[in-house]
Amino acid sequence: MKKKLGLMVTAMLTAGTILAGCGNNDDGKTSGGDKKDFKVAMVTDTGGVDDKSFNQSAWEGLTKFGKDNSLAENKGYKYLQSTAQSDYKPNLNSLIRQKYDLVFGIGFLMGTDVETVAKQQPDAKLAIVDMVVKGDNVANITFAEHEGSFLVGLVAGMQSKTNKVGFVGGVNSELIKKFENGFKAGVLTANPDAEVLVQYAEDFNKAEKGQQIANTFYQQGADIIYHAAGGTGMGVFTEAKNRKKNGENVWVIGVDRDQHEEGMPENVTLTSMVKRVDQAVYEVSEQTMAGKFPGGKVVEFGLKQDGVGIAPTQENVKEDVLKSVEDYKKKIIDGEVKVPKTDAEYEEFKANLK
Amino acid sequence: MSFMDILALIVPAAIVSAAPLIFTALGGVFSERSGVVNIGLEGLMLFGAFIGAVTIYYGEQLGLGGASPWVSFVVAMIVGALFASIHAVASISLKADQVVSGVAINFLAAGLAIFLTKKIFNAGQTPVISERISKSDIPFLSDIPVIGKLFFSNAYLTSYLAVFVALIVWYVLYKTPFGLRLRSVGEHPMAADTMGINVTKTRYIGVLLSGALAGLGGAVYVASISGNFTHSTITGQGFMALAAMIFGKWHPLGALGAALFFGLAQAISISGTQIPGLQDIPKVFLLIAPYVLTILALAGLVGRADAPKALGTPYEKGKR
Repeated sequence: MKKKLGLMVTAMLTAGTILAGCGNNDDGKTSGGDKKDFKVAMVTDTGGVDDKSFNQSAWEGLTKFGKDNSLAENKGYKYLQSTAQSDYKPNLNSLIRQKYDLVFGIGFLMGTDVETVAKQQPDAKLAIVDMVVKGDNVANITFAEHEGSFLVGLVAGMQSKTNKVGFVGGVNSELIKKFENGFKAGVLTANPDAEVLVQYAEDFNKAEKGQQIANTFYQQGADIIYHAAGGTGMGVFTEAKNRKKNGENVWVIGVDRDQHEEGMPENVTLTSMVKRVDQAVYEVSEQTMAGKFPGGKVVEFGLKQDGVGIAPTQENVKEDVLKSVEDYKKKIIDGEVKVPKTDAEYEEFKANLK
Repeated sequence: MSFMDILALIVPAAIVSAAPLIFTALGGVFSERSGVVNIGLEGLMLFGAFIGAVTIYYGEQLGLGGASPWVSFVVAMIVGALFASIHAVASISLKADQVVSGVAINFLAAGLAIFLTKKIFNAGQTPVISERISKSDIPFLSDIPVIGKLFFSNAYLTSYLAVFVALIVWYVLYKTPFGLRLRSVGEHPMAADTMGINVTKTRYIGVLLSGALAGLGGAVYVASISGNFTHSTITGQGFMALAAMIFGKWHPLGALGAALFFGLAQAISISGTQIPGLQDIPKVFLLIAPYVLTILALAGLVGRADAPKALGTPYEKGKR
């Protein structure tokens, strides 16, 4: 009896660890007889292609590319999901061995692994999203987050009633600084009297920290908070919803994708700054197919390339605000306005504005 | 900003972030007091969070409305207890190493919850719930000067529930025959056995209760703080609860105090950068404050923390 029970428990526990790896098990089908020779693939990070964020967006871009070029799924284009950080390298290598012409690593977490694999496989073509690594056979895809953040900063500056807005960052780093400085520049341009409160949670996954920071900001009189903090940002939404329920007029600006849904049913999402990873993946795949693989280069997707922008849901943004967002979008694309990325550039921007 | 405003900012926040930890730490007290190490608290809490998010979502669909978070708490407790029964079977009946079994629970919970999320919602996360526990002022009590503003304004009902449950656990453990038996089984199971106490049964109850409370902690986290379940919703909170339990010397009220202390330290570290006087301190010091305070408290104030004597050893009848 005991033995049987023991076996059962063992079986259950083993099943658990294996289950985590399930989901999609399309391994190593070699391609044969495609119309076109070009094959492209991507490796997701632990989020998977349905994470409603980066990976999903990238996969949508790749799927569109595959359809537009009549490639077959799993032959002409495919993805491999990583369940842990240790999967990155084997996944990248396996796709290269299956002779994919271009392999994307989605997300900066994969940076070092893409770099190592690129060194080991000098003939392979790789691309990394949101990160810049060494290697002539790696295309580095980055986004001009500061430009998109500038636009939502305009919205915040114009629609703030208290002349005080907040910015919650995930981890203080070069990347998130781009969000912060672009946002601050936008607010300053729209409303020179407005004050921007800034705080970093130093964590992307701690909702309670985000909630507490938002609590502090709103308490101090801020009425709009822009978050660039991933899961920590969920806490910002929670706090805003609580306050809206109690009759306060507060807003959140979402990040990376249209976060309108996160703000429902209290409707606290003012707008969102979206990063079009799909656009970038599509573009780089197309360039590579045309024989113009941007290896060793940094490809930046900004407003001009439609790589960043303001979310399609715009019901909470006023008409005239949208108009001036469009104006500034043109100015940025034409180079009339140069949005700051770093603290030093922001100080310069501020000085020039006066 | 006046001193009162600062306190009004920090104290309620401390209570809010402490609530899930209190529930889970109390669960740990039950299990470990009965002599079973429960590293699996993290996994149990994680699974509770998953069950909480799913139940609230479907509760909304079924039209339960504002009641759905409360229904989810009950469901999360039941499922948490069932989940903990795996740990109970492995570590009590089969006499497996309790630490290993607990770690297995953590892996199983993380894998299973994500797998089920994918199967049910076809996405890496659950939808964001709309029926939540909301912050509110407690009628009458919030009108008391000073105390009312600090402790009874702008807080979640679940936080008071947590304090209340801590008192109940204290009463059960120290004032009832069952509590005495549970503690005796954790200190000296053979003596307890000779006195006619069913060691196995008592330990089972301890572990199941720990599962129920940890599940509740996870569900409360979802309903009041995160609003949905993703792979990163519960990352380390269960281990913090475990630390709070040890910090609180395996005593329910000690665990309550420790969890509140953790919450307070974190609230100070976060709000500190916006508070006049504190904001001139370099940010690094505020960020490490919770950890430094914990080490200081552990080393200086708490003194020796004695675990239950029979903690971690499976009970074998007749063995000397």
